[in-house]
Amino acid sequence: MKTYTYTEKKDTRSGFGAGLAELGRTNPNVVALCADLIGSLKMNEFIDENPERFFQIGIAEANMMGIAAGLTIGGKIPFTGTFANFSTGRVYDQIRQSIAYSGKNVKICASHAGLTLGEDGATHQILEDIGLMKMLPGMVVINPCDYNQTKAATIAIADYDGPVYLRFGRPSVPIFTPADQKFEIGKAIQLTEGTDVTIVATGHLVWEALEASKVLHDAGISAEVINIHTIKPLDDKAILDSVSKTGCIVTAEEHNHLGGLGESVARVLAQHKPTPQEFVATNDTFGESGTPAQLMDKYGLNSDAIVKAVKKVIKRK
Amino acid sequence: MPNIKELEDLTTQVRRDIIRMVHKVNSGHPGGSLGCAEFFVSLYQDIMDRNEGFDMDGINEDLFFLSNGHISPVYYSVLARSGYFPVDELNTFRLINTRLQGHPTTHEGLPGIRIASGSLGQGMSVAIGAAQAKKLNNDDKLVYSLHGDGELQEGQNWEAIMYAAAKNVDNLISTIDLNKQQIDGSTDDVLPMGSLKAKFEAFGWTVIEIEKGNDIASILEGLNKAKSLTGKGKPVCVLLHTIMGNGIDFMMHTHAWHGKAPNDEQLAIGLEQNAETLGDY
Repeated sequence: MKTYTYTEKKDTRSGFGAGLAELGRTNPNVVALCADLIGSLKMNEFIDENPERFFQIGIAEANMMGIAAGLTIGGKIPFTGTFANFSTGRVYDQIRQSIAYSGKNVKICASHAGLTLGEDGATHQILEDIGLMKMLPGMVVINPCDYNQTKAATIAIADYDGPVYLRFGRPSVPIFTPADQKFEIGKAIQLTEGTDVTIVATGHLVWEALEASKVLHDAGISAEVINIHTIKPLDDKAILDSVSKTGCIVTAEEHNHLGGLGESVARVLAQHKPTPQEFVATNDTFGESGTPAQLMDKYGLNSDAIVKAVKKVIKRK
Repeated sequence: MPNIKELEDLTTQVRRDIIRMVHKVNSGHPGGSLGCAEFFVSLYQDIMDRNEGFDMDGINEDLFFLSNGHISPVYYSVLARSGYFPVDELNTFRLINTRLQGHPTTHEGLPGIRIASGSLGQGMSVAIGAAQAKKLNNDDKLVYSLHGDGELQEGQNWEAIMYAAAKNVDNLISTIDLNKQQIDGSTDDVLPMGSLKAKFEAFGWTVIEIEKGNDIASILEGLNKAKSLTGKGKPVCVLLHTIMGNGIDFMMHTHAWHGKAPNDEQLAIGLEQNAETLGDY
């Protein structure tokens, strides 16, 4: 079994900041907007190097989305930065009409997604954003798994013409993808080969899936781990090819099971190859205050939860 | 100097277009459309510096954004009669497969439209973004926008109004259609907004008023004054006092025709009051 190790942990939001800084040097059309969260979004480097291409909007996310849409008229490629909660639910109608329906080339970059935001609690821990954004026609939805992949995704979406939702987070997590790995929107990455179960994970849960696969290997279960960094458009073929081999699947995400990656996978399977599936996701609930590790444990979003889900789904084959 | 008579003739034809479009599909918004006919004609036929054809980025030309998208009939009529698409296409307003959706959109590729609008309160932010893109591009042309007065009840406007002044977006002229009506009644009955002039000025805008918002000479004078006030560090607000339903006597001075189509008899009366000038579509 292929195993993954890491030498460093870093937050995915810093990967966004590094990617944005690189875009600042390579693409003169890239502009950035922020609603009073420069430090949290790690946008300082871009701003220091390109002050004329940065727009501080203040605490006014609706206005930020509209201004971003307007900036595309004139050939700019706007990257908006705020927390995931304020990037989606708070401004859903602005995104729907002025960006998605209008087909504007805006990159909505959202940090502090999910429970791992931690102690600030449920008001800020959005677990519904993937669902909200994937339902918008034409919206691409990306949730990378580590620093390197977030940096690569940030750079890649500038070359894609259309609205994108890029979701990342606050905690430091292992860096295990290669720094030079090209990011292809909509192309799943198979991390381990396996024969007994497919584990499809996104975001922070990808590392947890790899950890789970080691435990499962020791228990004699061969897991195929797939990193689905793009939830929309979904790589249907990668999922169907894998379950054709393994016959069952576990999906894992830091999101409500309603509206998340798991539901998108279930739709593909229901249409093309009905397959037993278990969901590692929150169960129609809000979060609460706590450390990221405590919360991920309490709400069943870690490697232990994935191992349990695998053992359950294998019995359903 | 523009020929006022020609612009008035076009306005009359635009009024005919508006009520014929709305009558045909028995839906749409004639009241606000009629109230802004002179404004649209003045803007597109005289005030704005426009390039031939249509390019989404609008580099080196003036841009216009309609925030109160429900007055699409006047927008479509003036766009068609300004050469953006065939006038005959007005026949397809609100019909299945049309590019002339109930509310304007870029989604069907209609030339002249740069943003979808209809859900209120979003257009000023978009216009600000386009104005800031012009500054980044060293493009010295202007951005115009139009908003309903009732629409200013949406909070996003005030985020945008605060921002535009704070960031010196002085290549923007935002016009408020001050007809003092909204769906449920007069703006003073539904939600009084006090002095919009005082509010915009308090937020740091330069404000001018066009008292006769249905008189082409007054509109031209006012908008030319607004143009002369751009580039001085402040965004410019034009308070355009209009009469909802202007040009068709039974539709004037009431909110009743905000979103209601005339019947056959009412259409005939309206057309009689506005004799054909440039030819119906």
